[in-house]
Amino acid sequence: MSNTLILGTRKGTVIFDRQDSAWNPRPILHAGIPVCYAARDPRDGTLWASLDHGHWGPKLSRSRDGGNSWEDLSSLKYPLGARHIVQYLPTPDFDPQTPSGQPEYRDATVLKIWTLAFGAASQPGRLYAGTIPGGLFVSDDGGDTWELNRPLWNHETRGGDLFSGDATSETRWGGTPASVDYGVFEPGIHSIVVDPHDPAHIHVAVSSAGVLESHDGGQSWTGRNRGMLNDYMPDPHAEWGHDPHFITACPSQPEHLWQQNHCGVFYSADGAANWRKVSAPDVGVHFGFPVAVDAQDGATAWVIPERSDMARMAIGDGLCVARTEDGGQSWQLFRTGLPQDNAYDLVLRHGLDIAGDCLCFGTTTGNVYLSEDRGETWQCLGNNFPPVYSVRFG
Amino acid sequence: MVRVELTPHLYRFFPDLEGLEIEVAVGSVAEVIRAIDNAAPGFSDYILDEQGALRRHVMVSVNDNILIDRKTLSDRVGDGGTLYIFQALTGG
Repeated sequence: MSNTLILGTRKGTVIFDRQDSAWNPRPILHAGIPVCYAARDPRDGTLWASLDHGHWGPKLSRSRDGGNSWEDLSSLKYPLGARHIVQYLPTPDFDPQTPSGQPEYRDATVLKIWTLAFGAASQPGRLYAGTIPGGLFVSDDGGDTWELNRPLWNHETRGGDLFSGDATSETRWGGTPASVDYGVFEPGIHSIVVDPHDPAHIHVAVSSAGVLESHDGGQSWTGRNRGMLNDYMPDPHAEWGHDPHFITACPSQPEHLWQQNHCGVFYSADGAANWRKVSAPDVGVHFGFPVAVDAQDGATAWVIPERSDMARMAIGDGLCVARTEDGGQSWQLFRTGLPQDNAYDLVLRHGLDIAGDCLCFGTTTGNVYLSEDRGETWQCLGNNFPPVYSVRFG
Repeated sequence: MVRVELTPHLYRFFPDLEGLEIEVAVGSVAEVIRAIDNAAPGFSDYILDEQGALRRHVMVSVNDNILIDRKTLSDRVGDGGTLYIFQALTGG
C-alpha cells in the first residue's frame, strides 16, 4: 500500500502522508501557483510538479528531498525551427476561407506541460512529458535537459517535417478545448503509457487526434484508433480527430488498455489494435474523464461517470464510482461514503489513481475521496481544497 | 544607463533581485532583458517564451509606453530611461 498521495491543484501541490491509518495533508506547496500535474518517480523518489503559471510560462518543479525543497526548471523548450500548422477554433464566426485555405504556420512554444511519465526501472533518468501544443518530450538525465520527440512531432498526420519545409500533408490533429485558455486551439498530449515489460513500447493519447503507439522507443509512431467512435463528427468511424480524455494500461498485462472518451468508455485487450466501446449508458457509465485499471487484472477498471459532455457534472447530483471486472461487460456502481445530494463535482482526466486496493479521486469542487477496498466504500479526505487537477499515489 | 523596475511577484523566483537597484546598459528591450538574465540566470524564461517573444500575460513598458514589438522586443530603451516589467491582470 502506498503511504503518500500527491495532488496537483489550482492553488498548489498538496501531499498527504498516511500515518496510523489516517491520511494527513501537509501545508500546501507552490502556494498560489496552478499545478496541473504532480507525481512521484517510483524509481528514485523524486517529486515532480508541473507549474502552470498564469504569467510566467510553464515550469517543472522538482524535489529530491521528499518535498522539503523544490527546484524550478525551465529546461523543457521547443527547439529552434519547431513549427506546427495553426488550428482554428471552429467558432460560429470562423471563416474557413481565411486565410485562403492555405496552412498557416506558427513557431512552437510550450504552453502547458500536461503530464509526466517515468521510464522503466532499467532506464534511470528517463522521463516523458506531454505538452500543449502536442509535443512529446524526453529526458534521459532526470529532467536537466529535454529533447522533443521529432518522429511524433513530424508525423505525417500532422503535416510532416516542418523543420525542413512546409507541410507535405494536411494535419489530422485537431485542437483541444483545454488549449483555449492559452489563446490557441492546438493539440495536447495528456496520456503517456510506458510498457513496463518493454520500455520501447509506448502509447500516447492526443486530444484531439487519438492514440498512437511506438514499438521502437519513439522512433516511429502508428495510429491506434480502430474501433473508436466519434459520434459528434460527420464520420464517426474516422481514424483521426478523436478526443481521448485519458488512457491507461494494466502494468502486469499491458495489452489491456482503457480509454475514457467523450463518446464512451473504450477497452482494448490487444494493445490498442482494436478498441471496443463498453459503455453502459443505462446505468450512467458513458461520459467522464479519468479511468483506472487494476495492476494485476487488465479486465478490471474504474471510471467516475459524469452527466454528458454538455453538462460535465455529477449524475443526479450525487457522486458514484463504477467498476467492471469483466472488461466492461457489466458495471457495478458504488456510492457508500460519497455525497448523494447537492454534489456537482467533476473529476478531471488525471484526478483518479489506484495503488493496490486503494483508489483516490479529487474533484473540481475541491473534494477528495479515498477508498481502501477497491472502490466499494469511500472516506472523505477533505472538502475545501482548491480545484483538483491531478491525484497520484506516491 | 537604463533602470529596471520589476513586479515584486518575480522576487519569489529571483530573491536575489529584491531590494536591488537594477541598472543595465542602454539597448533594445531584448538586450536589457538579456542583461538582467546575466545577473539572474533563468530570468528571461519567466518573461519570454523559447522563441524570444514576450509571454502572453506579461506587460513591459519603456517609460510610459507599452512595448510595441512583443515578438522580438526591438523597442529601444534610451539613456536614463526605465524599463518596467509587470504582469497583466489575468487569472482567478
